Amino acid sequence: MSAHSVTAASRKAKWVAGILVVLYAVLTLLPLLWIISTSFKSGPDSISYPPKVFFQPTLEGYVNLFTTQARASAEDLATLTPPEAWYDEIAWADGMIIVGPSRFGQRFLNSVIIGFGSTFLSIVLGTLSAYAFSRFRVPLRDDLLFFILSTRMMPPIVVAIPIFLMFRSLGLSDTHAGMILLYTAVNLSLAVWLLKGFIDEIPRDYEEAALIDGYTRFQAFVKVVLPQAATGIASTAIFCLIFAWNEYAFAVLLTSGNAQTAPPFIPTILSVGGGIDWPAVAAAATLFLLPVVVFTILLRKHLLRGITFGAVRR
Amino acid sequence: MTDTPADRIARATPPAIARRVRGLPDRVIAWIFVAPTIFLLLAVNIFPLIWTIRLSFTNFAANKPNAEVKWVGIRNYTRILTDADTWANMQTTAHFLIWTIFFQVLIGFALAWLINRKFKGNDLVTTLIVIPMMLSPAVVGNFWTFLYQPQIGVVNYVVEFLTGIPADSFSMLGPGGWARWSIVIVDTWMWTPFVMLICLAGLRSIPDYIYEAAEVDRASKWRQFWTITVPMALPFLMLAVLFRGIENFRMFDLVVLLTGGGPGDETLLASIDLKREAFEKWRTGYSSAYAIILFVTVFGLASIYVKALNRVKQR
Repeated sequence: MSAHSVTAASRKAKWVAGILVVLYAVLTLLPLLWIISTSFKSGPDSISYPPKVFFQPTLEGYVNLFTTQARASAEDLATLTPPEAWYDEIAWADGMIIVGPSRFGQRFLNSVIIGFGSTFLSIVLGTLSAYAFSRFRVPLRDDLLFFILSTRMMPPIVVAIPIFLMFRSLGLSDTHAGMILLYTAVNLSLAVWLLKGFIDEIPRDYEEAALIDGYTRFQAFVKVVLPQAATGIASTAIFCLIFAWNEYAFAVLLTSGNAQTAPPFIPTILSVGGGIDWPAVAAAATLFLLPVVVFTILLRKHLLRGITFGAVRR
Repeated sequence: MTDTPADRIARATPPAIARRVRGLPDRVIAWIFVAPTIFLLLAVNIFPLIWTIRLSFTNFAANKPNAEVKWVGIRNYTRILTDADTWANMQTTAHFLIWTIFFQVLIGFALAWLINRKFKGNDLVTTLIVIPMMLSPAVVGNFWTFLYQPQIGVVNYVVEFLTGIPADSFSMLGPGGWARWSIVIVDTWMWTPFVMLICLAGLRSIPDYIYEAAEVDRASKWRQFWTITVPMALPFLMLAVLFRGIENFRMFDLVVLLTGGGPGDETLLASIDLKREAFEKWRTGYSSAYAIILFVTVFGLASIYVKALNRVKQR
């Protein structure tokens, strides 16, 4: 037989494949690069035709995103003391005065609170039940597992109506607690299925050794199983976090102000004139999407598992 | 010296604990561990589902909580099923489902097949390609409306540049029949990597010796592709289609932000129509019935599909 295996692709085939795939990658990332570049454009540059690839970068979009501004006439500006902070100067140059922070910071914070809160809860509940499903003879085990999975198939709008009514009567409408509970429930199916897969892979021997040494079940779970499942728990947590971070349907139907997350808020960002402020929207999108890109790169080894609920592992 | 966790634990365990009672029996622990999850899922999924079923037989309107609620029997259901608009929306949904799945399977499988040639740096490129599907569909959908802007949008510019069709002669999200394809394009852009990842797993699961045996039998590459690669990757491909099918049947965020169902009703997917009925027109009873019909449809189709999938797997 020749030196190379018959199943490996030839050099030429590899080159062709590589070029085609890189081409696709470039094409598919262009819209994202366009979002990022728009966030550094001035208002007129962002909507000029033909679209500008090269432009004078400005932080106007970011300043507009985080502040509320009022238009001031040239005479008014002349009577005021010149701006000191760099962001004041940017607004000043457009004939605007910054009058306070915008609501974006608050919405972003809501996304963080609800995302981390629900992730924490789904991981705690998910790890406990995944361990039980993995190690104990739970009655109706397979039915329960299927039930847990099937809750994910439910279209959000189907349960949104009664949840809306339920939240209204429990006083949970537009609260962080309500959204955390809701996202926890939505993420639990993913958490249980993924974590069960990870815990199934941990050999039982260590736990059994610990049990023989006199550990209680619970101690063995905390001191032996949890440390070994750490990687699995971490990647499951990132999946839950990304889901909660990205969720829109429940957020737009059940929140309006206090607990509103960033996804329903971003499309409503308007300029002082009343039109959509595209550089500010792009800035919001950039800030909102960037953490997910970082997490995706961290997760790359477990991506497949996460998106298929553990059905496909490698 | 080997120092396994078990060794460490053995050394660290004080005899007092070792002699202690074993704690709660496993059965009790199992229930304590599982109960919160089941309880929460019952409270947030099953209880609302039962409530929706109940509401679907009434004329309740959530914006008038004090109005008298009347039982109307199956009238909501008969009205929905005999309404021509419902069937038009189902067709819009089917158009969206079929074409997104078609393009995603085609491009996703092709990409996976190319990546599986294991050229240098394929891991890095795969990670980059995957990024769109991890992003927030609402934010992405909102931003695509910017790319799709009439007259000055980047997409219009690129189309004019490549084909010479004047950029101001068509509108991707406006009237003219393009909108239903525009949403297919964005969904395909976003979710092709999903199908690709699953197909890649399928292709990697095919052991080399099968190809080696085919090589010995002098089967052509073309024949190998159709008799080995495709059939062995098929269960994975079908799984990807199942996931995409369920997801796109309940599609809401991406399309709401792109078109909101418009222009007119051109992209009015069933779930967007449902949202309008439930949260804009406040016909709670009617939309509950609608929700149940959609739920039964997706559940029924998924069950039939899973049966077919299992049959393919057993072959």
